[in-house]
Amino acid sequence: MAERERQLTPPRGGVFVPRAQVMSADDVRRAVTRIAHEIVERNHGLDDVALVGLQTGGVLLARRLASALEDIEGTVVPLGTIDVAFYRDDIGIRPVLPEAVTDISFDLTGMTVVLVDDVLFTGRTVRAALNALTDYGRARAVQLAVMVDRGHRELPIRPDFVGKNLPTRRDEMVDVTPDGVSLGEMEPR
Amino acid sequence: MTAPFQHLLTVADLGADGIAEVLRVTDSFVEVSERAIPRVPALRGKTVVSLFFEDSTRTRLSFETAAKRLSADTMTFSASTSSVKKGESLRDTVETITAMGVDAIVVRHRSAGVPWQVARWTDAAVINAGDGWHEHPTQALLDCYTIRQTRGGTGSDDVEKLFHGLRVAIVGDVAHSRVARSNVLALAALGAEVTLVAPPTLLPASLAGWPVAVSHDLDAVLPEVDVAYLLRIQQERSSEALLPSLREYTAGYGLTRDRARLLRPDAMVMHPGPMNRGVEIAAEVADLPCSVVTRQVANGVAVRMAVLFLLLGSRAALES
Repeated sequence: MAERERQLTPPRGGVFVPRAQVMSADDVRRAVTRIAHEIVERNHGLDDVALVGLQTGGVLLARRLASALEDIEGTVVPLGTIDVAFYRDDIGIRPVLPEAVTDISFDLTGMTVVLVDDVLFTGRTVRAALNALTDYGRARAVQLAVMVDRGHRELPIRPDFVGKNLPTRRDEMVDVTPDGVSLGEMEPR
Repeated sequence: MTAPFQHLLTVADLGADGIAEVLRVTDSFVEVSERAIPRVPALRGKTVVSLFFEDSTRTRLSFETAAKRLSADTMTFSASTSSVKKGESLRDTVETITAMGVDAIVVRHRSAGVPWQVARWTDAAVINAGDGWHEHPTQALLDCYTIRQTRGGTGSDDVEKLFHGLRVAIVGDVAHSRVARSNVLALAALGAEVTLVAPPTLLPASLAGWPVAVSHDLDAVLPEVDVAYLLRIQQERSSEALLPSLREYTAGYGLTRDRARLLRPDAMVMHPGPMNRGVEIAAEVADLPCSVVTRQVANGVAVRMAVLFLLLGSRAALES
């Protein structure tokens, strides 16, 4: 999860205490490889396919997907990052600050954009990202790849590519790192 | 902001951490400004009013552009076309505007301290856009951002390293300059070494407590500095009366073409504008590659977007 998410989840300023590891580093690697194959299959190759990672949790995953796609098809797909801080609908409800600069150096018009994030939860970040993407051009299609879908959607958004479906309670936290995926709680420091 | 703040009245409230945070957030808005559609919905439904009791083009337009690019609604108040002409007091004006439900008031006034008074009469966020000879915080922030950008800094943790030991000469009419005061505060907070260069008549009566060195010899200072910051000779504020003549000022303190050769190759020339070409800065010097004056103006919009966003975008949440 992104560091900011960690800071904002109650109790504020708490620490993440993992309770169970749900995916190992190998599981994550295999899921990345499988999602890469699914992306190639769904789009009949990689013509006009671009990856955009959501700051900050989706950026590393997008990079890993890009290199997996290169291994499979020998094609280097355009890779961008996007920060949705200015598009959130909870500005004024919780502190929203940009975490990193958006970097999309290619024209999205006519592309099939695969949005990449680590955890799909309420869907509000993805909603914000969809709005942000339209400011960079008119993508032909937008697809969504996530490592973990933990449920509790608040908007009609569904992922196209999922590493793992993970039933959770609302107050649990999911932590995605290159070393694996853990489920746990935030505890007061 | 590391410490949540409600208004931007003086650079001193921000401290080094606050300034660094503004510069970091500004990076994101520079990127927004470079897009085909330089607009984000961050402050949708917020209202920003510019309350200008003194003439201004670049600051007012810069704030209004910033507010519009954040999708805020903007209102403009200028004293010359308002009920101030009918004798309405500042307090009544502010309370009237507040009653309309505004979220931020950008104030410029010819008297020092007015933004503090305004902040007492309203619950909107107050931004000081220049009060008399006192302060002009957003100018100092955009100047710091321009210095950082020109010297190749990005990210969050490099700010103090980048400014530590940076040598800046602020040249000209320091006594009547709010830009100089805010810049001295900001640059000193970040660890830069500031030297004021001016004839004694254009320096404040007392510099006690100012974290600066003083010189009256521009030729000796120029080869030493990383930044030469030229202030405008403010003819409308009658600083001319403190000088024998503008030509004499130029001879002693203007950045002429010959003087510009004294600058180190990586030094930059800054000016808050509007420039008196041929007085404090020679026309051809203003157009040299080392002059970052137009970059200052461009960054002004992004810095003001960052300030508005930090004040209005995250304030409610930080208070709760």
